Amino acid sequence: MDFFQIISDIAKVDPEVYDRLDPRRQVFRNFMSYGKKVTATALPLALGSIFNKAYGQSAGSLPDPVKAVLRLALQLEYLEFFFYDTALNSGNLLAGEPRAAIQIILNDEKLHIKSLRGLLGETDAGPALTRNDFDYTGAQSGSPTPRPALFPALGATFTDLGQFYTASQGFVDTGVRAYKGGAPILMTASNKDVLEAGLNIHSVEARHSSRIRSLRRGGIQSTTAPKSWITPDEVGTPVPLPNNGVPNSPSVVGPYNAGNPPAITTPAASYPAEDNVIQGAAPGVNVQTVAPGVSATAGAEAFDEPLDAQTVKAIAKNFARVPSALFN
Amino acid sequence: MHNQSNSPVAPTAAAGGLLTTVARRSFLRYTGASLAVGGLLLTGCSDDDDDIVDPTANFTDVGSDDFGILNYAYALEQLEAAFYAQVVAGGAGTFFAGATAAEKAILTDIRDHEAIHAAFFKAALGAKALPARVPDFSSIDFNVRTAPNAAKIGVLDAAKAFEDLGVAAYNGAGRFVQDANNLALAGKIVSVEARHAAAIRELLSPNTFVFSDVVDIDPNSGTGMERSKRPPQVLEIANKYLAEGSKLRAPSFA
Repeated sequence: MDFFQIISDIAKVDPEVYDRLDPRRQVFRNFMSYGKKVTATALPLALGSIFNKAYGQSAGSLPDPVKAVLRLALQLEYLEFFFYDTALNSGNLLAGEPRAAIQIILNDEKLHIKSLRGLLGETDAGPALTRNDFDYTGAQSGSPTPRPALFPALGATFTDLGQFYTASQGFVDTGVRAYKGGAPILMTASNKDVLEAGLNIHSVEARHSSRIRSLRRGGIQSTTAPKSWITPDEVGTPVPLPNNGVPNSPSVVGPYNAGNPPAITTPAASYPAEDNVIQGAAPGVNVQTVAPGVSATAGAEAFDEPLDAQTVKAIAKNFARVPSALFN
Repeated sequence: MHNQSNSPVAPTAAAGGLLTTVARRSFLRYTGASLAVGGLLLTGCSDDDDDIVDPTANFTDVGSDDFGILNYAYALEQLEAAFYAQVVAGGAGTFFAGATAAEKAILTDIRDHEAIHAAFFKAALGAKALPARVPDFSSIDFNVRTAPNAAKIGVLDAAKAFEDLGVAAYNGAGRFVQDANNLALAGKIVSVEARHAAAIRELLSPNTFVFSDVVDIDPNSGTGMERSKRPPQVLEIANKYLAEGSKLRAPSFA
C-alpha cells in the first residue's frame, strides 16, 4: 500500500484533498492517536478512519448531545460574525486601533465557523446563517409581535460605539459561558479532539472578551470600568432580558445572571451567576476567603461560570430577527 | 510532505515511536517526555544510545489520574501566584514601583486571582496535594518592564509567558480529565487565565490579544483555535521556573 499514491489518486477527483489532509495537523494528528496501536494489518483500517475525519464524516459518530453543543456554538458564532461584520461596515463607527481589534476578532469568528462546520460535517451543520437572521437592536423585527429596541443604534448599520461595545461584551461573555457549559458534554465524545477543539475556541473567546473590555474602558491603560475580567457587580447588566419562553430557563436572563439550576451542587451541572464564590464539589470552597489579603471582588473574578444551553438560547433569541427560528 | 513518506507505509511493532516522527507538533510534544521515546527517534543518529539518561527521571511524577491533573494545575498556579506576589511586593527600583496606575491595578488583580487559584487547588486536593513547589525566578529581572531578548526577561514578558502557558496547559490537559466536575472547574479557571493573557499582551503591544504564537489565526488555513499544549510540553517550560527538587514530569499525560 502506498499512502501517497492514494492521496495522489484522490487529488485527481478532489483537488482540495491536500487542504483536507493538512499534513502538519489534521491527518497526522489523527495518525498519532493510532500510533501506539497500529500494526501493518491494522493500517488500512486506520487510514480509512483518517480519511473519514478529513472529509468531516466522523460527525456521524458523534453523540447527539455533542452535536447539539456544537450546533448551538455554531449559531452563536454566526451571531457574533455578522455583528462584527456589520460594525466594520458602519461608516466611521470604528477607526484606528479599535477597528483593527474588531477585524482580528471577526477573522477568528470566521475561522470558528469553519472549524465548527468541519467538526459537525455539512449535513449536521445545516445551512449557513445570514445577516438577515439577526436583529441586533433586540426588537425581534421579524416576530409576529415585535417589541421596542434594546439597542436602538444597532440597526442595519450601527451608529453608536457605546451600544456596540456594550452588546459586544454581552455576546462574547455569553459565548464564553456557553462553551464552558458545553465542555462536560463534549468530553463524552470518544474522539477527545472534539473536546480539545471546544476548549481551544473557548479560551480565544475569553481573550476577545478581555480586549472588548479594554476597548470599552478606553484602552488598556485606563483604570475605569469594566475590568478585563468579570466583576460581581456586573450581574444583572447590561439590561434584563426576557427568556422568550425557552423551557427550563430562568424568567429573566443575562450574560452574567444565573442559569438553570443556579444552586451549587456539582460543578459540571451548576450554573450560578458570575458573583458566585463557592467552588468545587459540595460543600465547596469559599474562594473569597481561601487566600488571605485579596480584594473584596477577587474571589468572584478568579472563576468564570458556565451557562446551560437552555439559558444561552434564551439570551440569544433576543437578538434573532425571528426568535422562533433560531437557537432552538 | 517531505520526509514523512516512509513512516506510514512501513509500520512495525514500534510504530508508536516511528510514527512520532510524522507530525512536527507531536514531535515537539514528546520532547519533554521520557527518552524511551527519544531513544527510538535517535536510533541511527547515534551509536551510544545507552549513554542517554532521562533528564526528567528524578522529577516528581504528578500521577496518572485526575489527582495528577489537579496537582499539575496546582503547580502551575503556585508558580503564577509566587511570581505575581514578588512583582506586587515591589520595592525600590522595581518595575512595579514605577508602573502606571493601570498596570498596578491589573497586576494586583492577577496576583489575587492566582493566589486564590493556588489556595483553591490546595484546599480541594487536601491530602492528595503534592508538597508545595519552590520557584526559581533567577531568569526574571523584576526591575525591568520588558526585555524579551535579554538574559533575564522583564516582568511583563514573564507574565505573558506564564499566562499563555497556563491557557495552553488547561486546554491541553482537558482530554485527560476523567471526572466532568474537574473539567468544569478547569473551564472556570482557564477563561480567567485567557483574560489575563490578553490584558498582559495588550500592555506589551496593541492588538496582540490573539496572535499567531498562541492562536492559529491564518485567515486561509487557520482554525481560530488556541494552540494547546500537552502536560509534558508545558512542564518542559514550567520546570525552568521551578527549583531543583520541585520540578515535575507528567509521563501519563503525553
